[in-house]
Amino acid sequence: MATKPEFVLRLGDNALVLGQRLAEWLGHGPALEEDIALANVSLDLIGQARLWLGYAGRLEGQGRDEDRLAMLRAQHEFRNCTLVELPNGDYAFATVRRMLFDAYQRVLLARLAQAPDAEVAAIAGKSRKEADYHWRHSADWTVRLGDGTEESHRRAQAALDQLWDYTRELFAPDEVDPDAAGLREPWLALVEPVLDEATLAVPAPSRFLSTGKRGVHSEHLGHLLAEMQILARSHPGAQW
Amino acid sequence: MTNQREWPLWEVFIRSKQGLDHKHCGSLHAPDAAMAIKLARDVYTRRNEGVSIWVVPSAAISASDPDQRESFVEPMADKIYRHPTFYELPDELKHM
Repeated sequence: MATKPEFVLRLGDNALVLGQRLAEWLGHGPALEEDIALANVSLDLIGQARLWLGYAGRLEGQGRDEDRLAMLRAQHEFRNCTLVELPNGDYAFATVRRMLFDAYQRVLLARLAQAPDAEVAAIAGKSRKEADYHWRHSADWTVRLGDGTEESHRRAQAALDQLWDYTRELFAPDEVDPDAAGLREPWLALVEPVLDEATLAVPAPSRFLSTGKRGVHSEHLGHLLAEMQILARSHPGAQW
Repeated sequence: MTNQREWPLWEVFIRSKQGLDHKHCGSLHAPDAAMAIKLARDVYTRRNEGVSIWVVPSAAISASDPDQRESFVEPMADKIYRHPTFYELPDELKHM
């Protein structure tokens, strides 16, 4: 089965949008060392986004390269899940969000590294090494915040309560990604022990289903894109 | 540590490739050793500088006294016979 460009766009947009969110931490991290760590993760994700978007452009065959896809698409054309576009909030929110997403990346990229499409397999194989490290960092901090002080626990639990419903979208199958539901079990197998160690309670399931990957986003993505795209849109074709 | 809100300082040692020794490359703040190694990876090896990292609490390092330099260091300066500079090294010997 041929790889759908839309499926590859989702991979690229997830990495790009979270990469941009993490870049917003530059100069605002809780410590210099964490600031650098987040910038590294951000650059890893933007690097992954370049590979995925470049491939998506070649698959769709309309002459759009990675830059055009990243910088000249409008909000409704982005295919990232809503989880990654939510504003950063406090450090607990940013950390728990990363942990939930990094676990997803790990199981997804492990699956894609076996994909019959050699290019998908190669990009996934390269990215999963980075994802494994991202996960170690975000899972470690989730435990420290959850099982830390009274205040850090309260903030981490509040973040998890807010974020949990947005993870449903990751595993909602559709015509672009019919196998999505199969990732939930291995994802839970990563996430639950971390939440357990962090003394965080898994929120009760709800029926809410976000729709970012179908192009229907929260009000936050437009603001993120405005900031990310303004330079490229103000100086079309500029090189630097 | 007097101030509990401040992370302790760690000295970071990086081995640049297999077979070489770990070299001191700097220091950073981290809450504990495990996190210090993670953060050292991000602060000091992001340009592929190393294959292995050690961290040591800065407080665990005892240092020589710079004020004793005169007796501690300088007497060695004029004893060139202690340097093995009169031998020819074979080309196969690396890292000497």
